[in-house]
Amino acid sequence: MAIEIITNFFHRIFNNLFNYKKHVKLGFYGPPNAGKTTLANRIAKDWTGEEIGTVSKVPHETREIQFKEKVDIKFDSKKATFKLIDTPGIATKIDYEDFLHFGLSTKEAKKRSKEATRGVIESIKWLDDMDAVVIVIDSHENPYNQVNVTIIGNLVARKIPVLIVGNKVDLKGADLKKIDSAFPEYDVVGISAKTGKNMEEFYEALFNLIKKVK
Amino acid sequence: MNDLTIQFIPYSELAYLTPYRRVKKLLELVSENKILIIQGKLAPEEEADLIQETMKQIRESKSRKKFKGIEIATISPKSKDLSIMQNITEKLATTFFGGRDMITIIGPATVVKDIRKDPSKIELYLRK
Repeated sequence: MAIEIITNFFHRIFNNLFNYKKHVKLGFYGPPNAGKTTLANRIAKDWTGEEIGTVSKVPHETREIQFKEKVDIKFDSKKATFKLIDTPGIATKIDYEDFLHFGLSTKEAKKRSKEATRGVIESIKWLDDMDAVVIVIDSHENPYNQVNVTIIGNLVARKIPVLIVGNKVDLKGADLKKIDSAFPEYDVVGISAKTGKNMEEFYEALFNLIKKVK
Repeated sequence: MNDLTIQFIPYSELAYLTPYRRVKKLLELVSENKILIIQGKLAPEEEADLIQETMKQIRESKSRKKFKGIEIATISPKSKDLSIMQNITEKLATTFFGGRDMITIIGPATVVKDIRKDPSKIELYLRK
């Protein structure tokens, strides 16, 4: 009992000194095919050697919530433990016929479509469980789409801190300035989750983000 | 293209409904292949509910003209000068449906191919 009290005391002091939460449930949110799983995989691989899930050019590859527990991340002299929560992409429409263009059979496409609708519902349900959220946006796409607005609006309403990542900056036509001007109140980091470009900048922003976690 | 119906919904028609009824009503109308021009703006939680209900409806749709979801966008007359965040903060000022000076457009994905929005305009692209 005495040991527990002393441990808790020092734990509190330590936390206050560094001013951020040490065990953070970090969600990856965004529209389909923005690169959420690619980013979650890179982080998980960097710090645990294992990936979270599979990636694909076919939209809605992630159709269930995926986790990686106890991911210890160090940046400069800071260290924190994360539970990475990779979520299915949020969309307002899902048409199985779109999957046929990627070579899926009608049966596979219909199954994928059904699972994808469930995935969207699950992603939204999980919003309440996050300590902090990384919104992943494809930097070639229009950032003003309603899915981004809805996700951010819900996070603001729940007072959950947000970091915005403009992904795929390694590809021609990436427009990070457009994302910056759409979200001037947020930190926006341009990265390529696929190549690892600007990941140092991402980790710096991540530790700034978790300072805001209550 | 078949007949196209565009329905304007004034603020008063939705403002006094419960959030649940509001979302249901909008989805019922969109399911009838109508494009809705709404005076006002759903709260973020209502938008999330609308997306969840849309997904349920896609899953349950068995009709020949299958429901495939919605396209939605909101624009504020002041939005040329507003970032997304400022727009959201304005919306949060009202707990539920609000923002009389805002316009929301919702259309069925079987009719509306895409809604492209930038800070100052909304463009609807319809399917042929």
